[in-house]
Amino acid sequence: MSEPETDSEKARDEEFRKALIALIPQLRAFARTLAGDPTAADDLAQDAMMKAWDARRSFELGTNMKAWTFMILRNQFYSEKRRSWRQTQLDQEAAERTLVAVDDPASPVALDELRMALGGLPAEQREALILVGAGGFAYEEAAEICDCAVGTVKSRVSRARKALQAILERGDYERDGKSASEVMGSILAHAERLSGAR
Amino acid sequence: MEGATVLSMAKKATPKRPSALDDARLRQQAIGAQLRSMFEEVVNEPVPTDFLDILRRADSEDTDKS
Repeated sequence: MSEPETDSEKARDEEFRKALIALIPQLRAFARTLAGDPTAADDLAQDAMMKAWDARRSFELGTNMKAWTFMILRNQFYSEKRRSWRQTQLDQEAAERTLVAVDDPASPVALDELRMALGGLPAEQREALILVGAGGFAYEEAAEICDCAVGTVKSRVSRARKALQAILERGDYERDGKSASEVMGSILAHAERLSGAR
Repeated sequence: MEGATVLSMAKKATPKRPSALDDARLRQQAIGAQLRSMFEEVVNEPVPTDFLDILRRADSEDTDKS
């Protein structure tokens, strides 16, 4: 089926493979924020990785491979979600539940609170904030990944930041009978420890 | 050098109370740090071996085809 490979194509594949392997941790992290459940997230990341591998000839070496693979992963996530829509009635609420369901006893309390608050954001705000605020993407790159205008990403990120702060301060969720100020306090304290550690 | 440090510390210490704007910025910075650490937590996990196995398999399939 495929044409015989030339040496330069083989070398190019090898270069691509190395770059893809280096991106696996990032892809897993992004998948986790979309799918929530770690096992489902790893399945998603693996599917995206194979899609990227199959499409390697259409990728221009030297351009932003991280953004390109994130875009593939995101498309994969939403097409799977659409496909499973009728079977599982996976709605916004269910997506939020899986995101919130991550209950790692080893993770700092503040992280759990943040996950819960993130679950309360609309999906498009959540992903914009994660790409820019955690993934290290420029607004332009995030816009490309989400297939929308740069201005749209900017406003989504800004709304997400405000909403997140409001949720954390209001304590829009029940958790161990903790008051909202304690939650924000633990986040501030944890951030201080993080910056102190660097 | 030391004088400048003392001066800047004095400057920082003088405001009667942190303005609402400073407070909001501090909170946003804290949330930002938290967000990055949530992401980094997964990035720093060891990659499960099946990720690499899959790529290796794909690699050999390609070789078989040609």
